[in-house]
Amino acid sequence: MASIPFRGFRSTTTPHRQFLLLLLSPFSHRSPSSSFCTLQSPRPTTTTTFQNPNRARPNSSSSDQDLSSFEPVIGIETHVQLSTLSKAFCPCPYAYGSPPNTTVCPVCLGHPGTLPSLNSALVRSAVAVAVALDCAVSLRSKFDRKQYFYPDLPKGYQISQFDLPIASAGSLRLDLPLDYGGGRRTFGITRVHMEEDAGKLIHSDSSSSSSSSFSHVDLNRAGVPLLEIVSDPDMRTGVEAAEYAAEIQRIVRYLGVSNGNMQEGSLRCDVNVSVRPVGDPNFGTKVEIKNMNSFSAMSRAIDYEISRQVALHSQGQSDQIVQETRLWEDGAQKTVTMRKKEGLADYRYFPEPDIPEVVLTEEEVASIRQSLPELPEAKRRRYESMGLSMQDVLFLANDISVADFFDSAVNMGADVKLAANWIMGDIAAYLKNERLSINEIKLTPRELSELIASIKNGTISGKIGKEILVELISKGGTVKSLIEEKDLVQANSRSRCDWSTSR
Amino acid sequence: MPSPIQNPRFLLSQCRPLLPPKPLPFPSISRRHSNRHRPLSTTASLSQTTTPTSTSPPSSDILSIRDSLLSRQKSATDIASDYLSRLRRAEPQLRSFLHVAEPEAMAAAEEVDRKVERGEEVGPLAGVVVSVKDNICTADMPSTGGSRILEGYRPAFDATAVRKMREAGAVVVGKTNLDEFGMGSTTEGSGFQVTANPWDVSRVPGGSSGGSAAAVSARQCVVSLGSDTGGSVRQPASFCGVVGMKPTYGRVSRYGLMAYASSLDVIGCFGSSVADTAIILSIISGHDRFDATSSKNVVPNYEEELVSLNYMEPKPLKGIRVGVIKETIGEGVNTEVASSIQAAASHLEQLGSVVSEVSMPSFSLGLPAYYILAASEASSNLSRYDGLRYGNQVAADELSDLYKESRANGFGPEVKRRILMGTYALSAGYYDAYYKRAQQVRTLVQKSFKDALDENDILISPAAPSAAYKMGEKTNDPLAMYAGDIMTVNVNLAGLPALVVPCGFVEGGNAGLPVGLQMIGSAFSEAKLLRIGHIFEQTLQNCKFVPPFIVES
Repeated sequence: MASIPFRGFRSTTTPHRQFLLLLLSPFSHRSPSSSFCTLQSPRPTTTTTFQNPNRARPNSSSSDQDLSSFEPVIGIETHVQLSTLSKAFCPCPYAYGSPPNTTVCPVCLGHPGTLPSLNSALVRSAVAVAVALDCAVSLRSKFDRKQYFYPDLPKGYQISQFDLPIASAGSLRLDLPLDYGGGRRTFGITRVHMEEDAGKLIHSDSSSSSSSSFSHVDLNRAGVPLLEIVSDPDMRTGVEAAEYAAEIQRIVRYLGVSNGNMQEGSLRCDVNVSVRPVGDPNFGTKVEIKNMNSFSAMSRAIDYEISRQVALHSQGQSDQIVQETRLWEDGAQKTVTMRKKEGLADYRYFPEPDIPEVVLTEEEVASIRQSLPELPEAKRRRYESMGLSMQDVLFLANDISVADFFDSAVNMGADVKLAANWIMGDIAAYLKNERLSINEIKLTPRELSELIASIKNGTISGKIGKEILVELISKGGTVKSLIEEKDLVQANSRSRCDWSTSR
Repeated sequence: MPSPIQNPRFLLSQCRPLLPPKPLPFPSISRRHSNRHRPLSTTASLSQTTTPTSTSPPSSDILSIRDSLLSRQKSATDIASDYLSRLRRAEPQLRSFLHVAEPEAMAAAEEVDRKVERGEEVGPLAGVVVSVKDNICTADMPSTGGSRILEGYRPAFDATAVRKMREAGAVVVGKTNLDEFGMGSTTEGSGFQVTANPWDVSRVPGGSSGGSAAAVSARQCVVSLGSDTGGSVRQPASFCGVVGMKPTYGRVSRYGLMAYASSLDVIGCFGSSVADTAIILSIISGHDRFDATSSKNVVPNYEEELVSLNYMEPKPLKGIRVGVIKETIGEGVNTEVASSIQAAASHLEQLGSVVSEVSMPSFSLGLPAYYILAASEASSNLSRYDGLRYGNQVAADELSDLYKESRANGFGPEVKRRILMGTYALSAGYYDAYYKRAQQVRTLVQKSFKDALDENDILISPAAPSAAYKMGEKTNDPLAMYAGDIMTVNVNLAGLPALVVPCGFVEGGNAGLPVGLQMIGSAFSEAKLLRIGHIFEQTLQNCKFVPPFIVES
């Protein structure tokens, strides 16, 4: 089926529509001030370093005392888009940014008579993530239909998992950044379930003077496999929540099941925030926040929302905290009401009759468990035991390709501390300037370990080392051959070098 | 429920069992072995079967066609033209087809002729004119499911069953009428037209596969594909006097069948003989990677299991235990129909089987459970018909209006009723009382079938509580219409195979109205059902299930 003509449909500007416009244009809301630690620029990295760690606050600012007399409770639902070769229930590929409606087939378009056939890679990825999150994997689970009408949902229902998810009751451990006082945290994982993504609506860019416009549906994303990871309500601050999400991103990248890219929507977080007086065993009314495109936005949105709720409590207006969905507006640095929930939506879940139960054996789960790479938490603990500082540990373990590079260099005999310093110093700076990832440079871990050894045994100075490093990174070659070249052509430089090392 | 026929005068003795020729010339020949070589009589020529005058038992039209093709007596184009002209002649009165694909059919027939000419191997259905219920997708013709909401929709692909038939050389002649999306028992619920019963054109052909049953009955095609969610193959087969097979759930891929109730739906087939039905079933059965619920069980060669009358033993059903489901021949069942079934039971007994009565107390629970489950799944399956991507759209300024208007306009009243019922049954607060409880009943029904089939090889019952009734008789009484499905829905709940074979007549119309015998077996026992059904059919005397309509024209 080469092409399917898609019809636009008309929709007038309603609050609902505004929400869509916001959700669909994540790039325009990116704050220029949010800065990441960009070790490798083409894809945003995980480390959450916030330029402005001050809490965003509503105008009716609540005092620190108010804040300290309330306890925030935060839970997160994370959607991870899996990078399987084909979609969840049909053989279509998916590539972010493909022209609209080009990676579709009768199945993911919901044509009459089509049936889903489960992609086993989805189940394997789900089990890998579940095991990485220390979950109990259900050997029998099933799919259900979640029903609602929306143009991005071709079948009128989403295939998801309701009462028998693939995994439940796990936990996630992380180290908070030192800027925020450091410390280790463990957060509970309620459940992990498999489901399919919906398509996207694209609204024509009509001016606000026009009351109606056309909308178009792009169903490339419809049927792309997702994992929904639901946390326990264990987080207490925006930073904890952002770090939780960052750790999920690290885990899925370590496992290679997703690119975890927030900007492309491969990792999406919906955050539930409530506050309660300290010591109160009951939860307060929870508010859901959406539309956060970075970990720093997440942290700021949550802190804003906490302050807003605490302020309402302090002003005796706690009845104005209602169950609703709020959007984070990065430009205004605040959350705004998207829709109020007048009672729970009834999705009329029932068991998906087209897909048989998902049955796993203990052996299959064990074999997936054995195939897992070393996970971020284990890596951090190992680096810590190697004598690295927490700052080094967090940096190196943040990105699996950096960690792999470091591990290889150390395996080839490089001094641990020196290897860390080189990677975090000159190499990171180069990568940042050139917007490259560590896999894209010509320097190999072997040559880095050679370089470190050559400096350590006095063959070359640190300064010469830096020069050679730049050559190694950009042109490749070996330390040995470069030293020989230098020896031959630059006698003068050697004396300078000698001077510097003997200083 | 009042029966449509009040005065049972038409005697069943009209159909007498034809006992097999007693002293077989070579009784020592192993039946199975001889079958492999020449399983079925293929002596009847096509002309014989289409203008039936003899009282010989039904023979395979498919094998006749094959013989005439391979012996070069007739070309596939001749055969297709014959059927097409009969189809055209019958169509103004019957209206069994929603779409007739004459050019495509002739092109397929020509292709068969080319192959025959070149001496290439042709498939087992070469030149066989088939029709397909319109809720089964066909790539080169419209597929509407009988619904206005899909008017003009042309699928991008062939349903797996259709693809397999085409690969076997079949000539697809068109798409048959049905109750919208399979929801109905008379074909009056079609969004386009009402099909007439070839036995009496003032009566319904049954449904929802009424177009397929009528088309096979009137010899507008050789065989037809239908679908059976609650009896939609078996009841029209009974009403139209043809053979109808509802296979085990998962035996035939559902890929390309527009889903009504996914856990109950199955593609089935119609033929004018058990042999033809068996041949079609062999072709369309099997695992399909596009249908995760299709079974990986090996597909037997169903027609090889059939015994030719000439080789039949005196008591060919010796050792077969037949259970008559007590609840299906008592109150609420037309007495003539009940006596037809009793007569069929005696016939089976005469053939050597042991017949006893079986009680299935949960039988009456099946009907409400079926209507809850089927409606629930339908409410979900029909959500995709929103007018956005295909089918009829009513333009509107607001998205919600577009949905409402497109669906209000596109769906007929019965479909809307079932969507409403199903949505209700799945709603928060009602799920446990309806959907969940119906699932529990389903488990009970499965258990009671298992118990009954542990004691018996097959179970028998009528396929419907009455013979074909008048058009319009039940259109204003949905509950009476639903009650008519009592004989068949339990089989779908249990996912079992069932074969309907014409077994007699009741009074009505000019020539009487046919009655079908339903034979139910355990899962994947189609071969056994077809073998027994074939023996039954071959030994039934003085019954010619060719409708007066076709005789006259």
